[in-house]
Amino acid sequence: MMSTEARTPMVRLAKRSDMSPRMIWCIRFGSILIALLLGCIPILLTGSNPIAAYEVIVAGSLSRPIYIRQTIRIAIPLLGCALAIAPCFKMRFWNIGAEGQITMGAVFASYFALFWVDRIPHVPLLIVMGIASAIAGGIWALIPAFFKAKWNTNETLFTLMMNYIAIGIVAWLQGGPWEGRKGSQLIPMFNDAARLPEVFRVNCGWIIVLVLAVLMHIYMNKTKQGYEIAVIGDSVNTARYAGMNVGWIMMRTMFISGAISGLVGFIIVSGANYTLYKGVANGVGFTSITVAWLSQLNSFAMIAISMVLAILEKGANTLQTRMQIPASIADIITGILLFCMLSSEFFINYRLIFRRKEEKGKEADA
Amino acid sequence: MTTLITLIVAAVTFGTVLMYGTLGEILTEKSGNLNLGVEGIMYMGGAFGLAGAFYYEKAAGGAASGPVAIVIAILAAFAAGMAASAIYSFITITLRANQNVTGLALSIFGTGIGQFVGEFMRVSEKGYVALSNDLKDAFSAAIFPDFLINIPVIGRIFFSHTVFFYLAVLLAVLMYLFLRKTRYGLYLSAVGESPATSDAAGINVAKYKYLATTIGGGISAIGGMVYIMTTAGCVWNHEGLSGVGWLAVALVIFCIWRPLNAIWGSVLFGAMMIMYLRVSIPFIPTEIYKILPYIVTVIVLILTSMKNSRDKQPPASLGNNYFREER
Repeated sequence: MMSTEARTPMVRLAKRSDMSPRMIWCIRFGSILIALLLGCIPILLTGSNPIAAYEVIVAGSLSRPIYIRQTIRIAIPLLGCALAIAPCFKMRFWNIGAEGQITMGAVFASYFALFWVDRIPHVPLLIVMGIASAIAGGIWALIPAFFKAKWNTNETLFTLMMNYIAIGIVAWLQGGPWEGRKGSQLIPMFNDAARLPEVFRVNCGWIIVLVLAVLMHIYMNKTKQGYEIAVIGDSVNTARYAGMNVGWIMMRTMFISGAISGLVGFIIVSGANYTLYKGVANGVGFTSITVAWLSQLNSFAMIAISMVLAILEKGANTLQTRMQIPASIADIITGILLFCMLSSEFFINYRLIFRRKEEKGKEADA
Repeated sequence: MTTLITLIVAAVTFGTVLMYGTLGEILTEKSGNLNLGVEGIMYMGGAFGLAGAFYYEKAAGGAASGPVAIVIAILAAFAAGMAASAIYSFITITLRANQNVTGLALSIFGTGIGQFVGEFMRVSEKGYVALSNDLKDAFSAAIFPDFLINIPVIGRIFFSHTVFFYLAVLLAVLMYLFLRKTRYGLYLSAVGESPATSDAAGINVAKYKYLATTIGGGISAIGGMVYIMTTAGCVWNHEGLSGVGWLAVALVIFCIWRPLNAIWGSVLFGAMMIMYLRVSIPFIPTEIYKILPYIVTVIVLILTSMKNSRDKQPPASLGNNYFREER
C-alpha cells in the first residue's frame, strides 16, 4: 500500500470534456489578457509606455474608416486561407503549403490578367482568373496529397518544400519571361479590367471570403464529405473499416483546400497588389494556419481571430511611425498571443489531479 | 579551375550556416519533435550573436580580442536558441499543443524578436551597428597557417575556412558518435521512434525530448549567428537570413536524419544556393538554381517513402506528441 502511494506522482493528468462553455471562454480570454501583458515587456524595453502603445495600435487600425478598410484588407487573405486549411487539419493532414498554393493561384490569375486582358471583357475575365487560380492552387496541393495517399510520403515536409518551389517560379517569371521594363525585375501592373471591383471601398474579396466562411461551415458540418473528413481525423482505421477510400478523400480534400488558397492568391493580386511578385503570399499561408487552429477550425471564430491579427499588424505600422517602436513588435505580440492561446487549450482539455485531491475522491467513492 | 575552387569555398561558407541549422534540427527531430521554428530560432541567433559581440566590443574598447568575441557570440546565439526552443518544448511536451502550429508560432515570434533586436540596436546606437574591422576579420579569418592554404588546389578547399566550419564538422562527427555509439544516443533515437516503448522500458521520455529540443535549438541558432558574422559582414541583414531556416529543415530530410550526411549535404546545398552568382549555364535561368535544393529534397522524400526501407525513414513518431494516458 505504502509503495503504490509513493509512486503516485504529485500531479496527474486526466482528459476532461465537462468544462462549461462559460469557463472555456474565460480561460481563452484570460490567455489573451496574459499575452497582452507579456507583450508589454518588449514595449517597455524600448522605453515607451505600453498602455499608450496599445492605444496607438487600436487607434491606428480602427479609429477612422480608412484605417478600418486597411485592416480589413489585411484580414481578407488570412481568413480565406484559414478556411482553406480547416478541412485538412480536421483530417489531421498537416498541410503547411498554403503559402505555395496562394502563390500558384496568383501566378495563374496573373497569366490571364497580363495576356488575355484585351481579349476578354471585364467580368468574364475576372471569373476566368478566379477559376484558373483555384485549379492551379488545387493541383499544387494535389501533388503532395497524391504521394501521401499512394506511398504515405510525409505531407508536412512535402507541402513545406512546395512553397519554396512556387516562390522560386515567381522569382523566375519576375526577372525573366514576364518582366515588364527590361532590368526592372518587376511584372507590369494589371490593367483596370483585371482588377477586382470595390464594394464599400474595399475590394470585393471580403464578400467572397465571408461567403466561403458560411459555405465551409455547411460543408464541414452538414455534408457527407465533411463527415468523412471528421472520421478520418479521428481514426484512419475506423474510416477504412467503414469502407471509405481514405486516399481518394485525402486527395479530394487537399484539392478543395488548395483551390481556396489559390482563390485567395487571386484576391491578393487582383484586389490588393495589382501585380505579381515573389512575396505575394507574404507569410499569410503560415499565419493563417495558426488562425485556423486557434479557432478550433470553426469558420466563424476564424473571422474574429483573423481580425485580431490584422489589427495587430496594421496598428504596429502606426506604432512605428508614431512611437519609433519597430513594426516587428507585431510579430512578437502575435507570437506571444499564439503561445498563450495554444497553452490555454491544455487547461481546457485536461484536469490536473493533485495527489491529495485524488485520495479525497477515493474516500468519497467508498 | 580557379572558378571551381572559388565556388567550393563560397559553398562551404554558406554551407556552414546551413550545417548548424541542420545539425540542430536533426537532434531535435531525433526526439520526435518536428520544430518548424528553425527560421525564427536562426533569426534570434543572428541578432543575439551580433548583439553579444557588439556590446562586448563596446565594453572592452580597444582591448577587445577576437577569440573572446567569437566565444561570446557563440554563447549568446546558443542561449537565444535554447530559450526559444524551451518555449516550444514547454508548449508541446508539457502542455501538449500541436507541434506544427507551435513551430510556426515560434517562427513568427523568433523572426519578430530577431528583427526587433536588430532594429532596436540600430535605433539606440543612432545608426550603424557594426564591429571594428579587427573583430570582423577575426570572425572570417582562416585558422590554418598560410603554408597549408597555399598548397595548390587542396589548400584552399580544405584549409581556408573559418573556425565555424571546422567546429561544425566536429559537431557533426560528435553527434554521429553520440547517436550511434552511446547508450544515451540510442535512448534518444528510441524516444523518437516509439515513445510508448521507451516509456515502458523506463526511459524518461519528457527529459530526452526537452534536452534534445533545447540543445538542438541552440545549435541551430549558432547558424544564424555565423551567417550574420561571416556572410553578412557583421551587420544585421534580415533579408539575407530569410528562408535559411526553412532550407535547413529541407536539408534534414535530404540528409535522411544522419549527421555525417549533413557535412557534404550542406556544402552541396550551399553550392546550389550561390551557384547563380558564380556560374551561368546557358538556357537555365539563375532563379531556377535557387529552387534546386527544394526539388532535390522533394525527390529524396518521395524516393525514401517509395522504397520504404526502414533505416531511411523519418523518426516514426515525428510530429506527434506523446501522451502516456492516451497510449
